[in-house]
Amino acid sequence: MSNEPHRFAPIQRLLHWLMAACIVAMLFIGVGMVSTVAPKYLPLILIHKTLGVTLLVLVVIRLALRLHYGAPPLPDDLPPAIKLGARLSHLALYGFMIIMPLLGLGMLWAAAYPIVLYGGIQIPALLAPSDRVHTLLWDAHFYLGFAFFALVLLHLAAALFHALIRRDGVFATIALLSLRNKTTPAE
Amino acid sequence: MNQPGNLPRSGLGSLVLIAAVLAGGAAAFAYTAGWLSPDRLTPERMIAALTPPSGAPLGHRRNHAKGICFTGVFEANGNGVELSRARVFERGTYPALGRFNLGTADPNAVDATVRVRGLGLQIVADGEEWRMALINPPFFAVSTPQSFHELLIASGKKDPDAMKTFIQANPEFAAFAAWAKSAPWTASYAEEPYHGLNSFIFTDAKGGGHAVRWSLLPSAEVVPISQAELEKRGSNFLEQEIVERVRASGPQRWTMVTTVADPGDPTADPSKAWPEGRRTVQVGTLVVQRIEQERDGPCRDINFDPTVLPRGIRLSDDPFPAARSSVYRKSYDLRAAEASDYPRTEAGKP
Repeated sequence: MSNEPHRFAPIQRLLHWLMAACIVAMLFIGVGMVSTVAPKYLPLILIHKTLGVTLLVLVVIRLALRLHYGAPPLPDDLPPAIKLGARLSHLALYGFMIIMPLLGLGMLWAAAYPIVLYGGIQIPALLAPSDRVHTLLWDAHFYLGFAFFALVLLHLAAALFHALIRRDGVFATIALLSLRNKTTPAE
Repeated sequence: MNQPGNLPRSGLGSLVLIAAVLAGGAAAFAYTAGWLSPDRLTPERMIAALTPPSGAPLGHRRNHAKGICFTGVFEANGNGVELSRARVFERGTYPALGRFNLGTADPNAVDATVRVRGLGLQIVADGEEWRMALINPPFFAVSTPQSFHELLIASGKKDPDAMKTFIQANPEFAAFAAWAKSAPWTASYAEEPYHGLNSFIFTDAKGGGHAVRWSLLPSAEVVPISQAELEKRGSNFLEQEIVERVRASGPQRWTMVTTVADPGDPTADPSKAWPEGRRTVQVGTLVVQRIEQERDGPCRDINFDPTVLPRGIRLSDDPFPAARSSVYRKSYDLRAAEASDYPRTEAGKP
């Protein structure tokens, strides 16, 4: 056994896919809820706030797992520029996962909205009301949301590139189920 | 595994598949955001319809733009406890913040030109907030948010047939038009009743639900005045009057009355008043103790979003609170970003 893992730990893989589904849902709910005046606006807002805070908790757990378990190495034959791109894009993804919920909470605090999550859970305000701060955080949350979605698409494209074109085993390191070789019986 | 750099035969097909996944994802996102649906009623479109031809009131609320802030208390008498387990109904005194306002998008409107007067209110009990925005007509002008949008479009048109066509399609508007024509004008915010109009569900301690609407009924004596007489008193008379009244006569009071629906009463349509004789419960008194600065005061940063509710009060099937929340939020975001167009005075800068 080498000292570097060949795959992410099962808990890391599970968390990756769980958060991936939630983040994609958050991005769609985000743009959907702000473009409607229909009654679904309120449940969408409630889900967005509740899921956002949940994701903030999950990303902290995920970072701790990453520090504990590490990550499998990228293939040796991957060009250095691609390797750098992979590292930077993963850093950026973690950055978005941390900062988006914080910006969301901050912009609501700065606008003096009480934050009440699903189940009546109340989040105390940590910022004083300020139209200037609200506008700054709102702009950041809004525009970074689109950047986050673009990066998620790029991440998806890279994952498919590894899985379908390079077939270099990178996708298998994070895949939820083991698809080690073509002789594996159909699931 | 393939040899490095050796594209499998299906390489082109895979590239097409990847491109299709990305394009599909982007298209679904664009659809969800409403970019492919120009007919969707968005908060932006509602605000565009509220905006007068002279331009948006930069830095101000997009509707009910003219107003004056107050602080005071809500004195709960305890009677509301049978209907709702919200702390605010337990006998006690809770801080209140609110804003008298005129139903206009023009912050400089002449008082006598605005038929609808309103009151935004926030009551805090044990850290739980209850916000609301009430107006003086006893029922709303139209049945749905879509009809309200159409009303704004029709009333903004120069074509006299536009309103006729609108009324034909929305006959409920006739009752509001009759109210606007016949209801007495007053020369004071203190003499107005303010009605919540929307239906909410109160949940009692046993979990039972009660569909309710509520109103604030003034203690001040109502002295009717003609519109012409009000106009003579000046364009900002209402603000001057309420400042002077509270200074000279002390706190002003309104009784909060909740009306409980009978089974079958329409809760989804605020243009339909419930029949007379419904059970009412007086739950407390709003006491306006101090008139506050509008420009620098504590109402400026508050969005009187009627969906900010304490435990014990929840939404009914009335579609308006959600629509109002969505549009008020957009209005708040806009005016917060435009704060430099309506600057605080030096003394009021945070």
